[in-house]
Amino acid sequence: MFLEGYGPLIASGTWATVKLALLSLAASVLIGLVGASAKLSANRALRGLATGYTTLIRSIPDLVIMLLLFYSIQMLLNEFTEYLQLEQIDIDPFVAGVVTLAFIYGAYFTETFRGAFQSVPRGQLEAAVAYGMGPWKVFRRVLFPQMMRFALPGIGNNWQVLIKATALVSIIGLSDVVKATQDAGKGSMQFFYFTVVGALIYLAITTVSNVALMRLERRYSVGVRKAEL
Amino acid sequence: MIEIVQEYWQAYLWNDGGQLSGLAMTLWLLVISVAIGFVMSVPLAVARVSKNPWVRGPVWFYTYVFRGTPLYIQLLLFYTGVYSLSVVQSSDLLNTFFREGFNCAALAFALNTCAYTTEIFAGAIRSTPHGEIEAARAYGMSTFTMYRRVIIPSMLRRALPFYGNEVILMLHATTVAFTATVPDILKVARDVNSATYASFEAFGIAAALYAVIAFFLVWLFRRCEMHWLAFLKPQSH
Repeated sequence: MFLEGYGPLIASGTWATVKLALLSLAASVLIGLVGASAKLSANRALRGLATGYTTLIRSIPDLVIMLLLFYSIQMLLNEFTEYLQLEQIDIDPFVAGVVTLAFIYGAYFTETFRGAFQSVPRGQLEAAVAYGMGPWKVFRRVLFPQMMRFALPGIGNNWQVLIKATALVSIIGLSDVVKATQDAGKGSMQFFYFTVVGALIYLAITTVSNVALMRLERRYSVGVRKAEL
Repeated sequence: MIEIVQEYWQAYLWNDGGQLSGLAMTLWLLVISVAIGFVMSVPLAVARVSKNPWVRGPVWFYTYVFRGTPLYIQLLLFYTGVYSLSVVQSSDLLNTFFREGFNCAALAFALNTCAYTTEIFAGAIRSTPHGEIEAARAYGMSTFTMYRRVIIPSMLRRALPFYGNEVILMLHATTVAFTATVPDILKVARDVNSATYASFEAFGIAAALYAVIAFFLVWLFRRCEMHWLAFLKPQSH
């Protein structure tokens, strides 16, 4: 039979993966915007901090950061609860996954947004200030919409990498697509079949996001003439 | 911290008392998969830009599937999936090959990096300056000679910065090998973690080792770029 009765398990795993990816995307975009502003700020300490963060995170594999944070935070939490004589609190793998993925991909988004912010012509910002717009309005009306045009290809890349990185969160115990298909494989002794099912689900997710990204790119490049070859 | 370094430095670097482990294992896995991936990706890239859809199509499909799914799933497919097939279990040769976690990891990594490298190289071939091909034709080169003497060398030069990136991403990707029981840096770190419960130190040392390799690779590729892309530097007469 199709999926051997493991359909609901795999469906809930898929939902967990999609939720994990979307939440981490939202959080890492926020970190990226803050990080890029820090990198471009006039304050040297802020710049140094942001540069240290992006350099460090991008030179260490994501799985190592994930395990490092997951186990160390659990240890710290244990010490804390022991000190207060409370019961041990186990970190939820979903929360841990969102936090670590956001922390890691925040560094990649920081670099993407930094480049995009710098590509917006200075004159545009000066014009906005000359119109009497406040800093928030300049950001919302001028800087952000133009920056997005330059940032979209990078955002798309990061998103594709982020989706594939969610597969690693099953290693710290989240019941995602990978875990569900492996459990189904164990239960039915059909590892090959169910691993292929898992791969196809990821392929479907990346294909859908490809189409969505292409649409977004078209939306944000309205009014820009492409070089005709 | 110091006790951990004193007790486990050998395991972290090259030997856990019996077999290759840690840094040496990670590098060996990286070198073998990147080497296989490179050798296969050059002809595949040429096929990828072919005008014939029957040549171009299968290569497109291969890169699409391997770039659209996580490496971890690909590793699981070879390590647990293929090994469970009855075809594999009944053949001696396949059985011995797929029983070894290292072989499965190297195979999955090579196929994965080959897919990304093929796309990088195909992109570089597409951006070959028209004049170079015209010049090769004017010299009367056959298509094969033109690829060997002109297109491929110039493509490899243009692809170098992107290829360096891919190798560093591959270094990061080798960390999933521990799930196939390959004793790489991360496997050693996990063992140290479960033996000492000093999580931060155990994984921190691993992180530092990976960062050192990454910085070394960045330096190495910058040297290569200075050597092979020297002609792009601003000239001063």
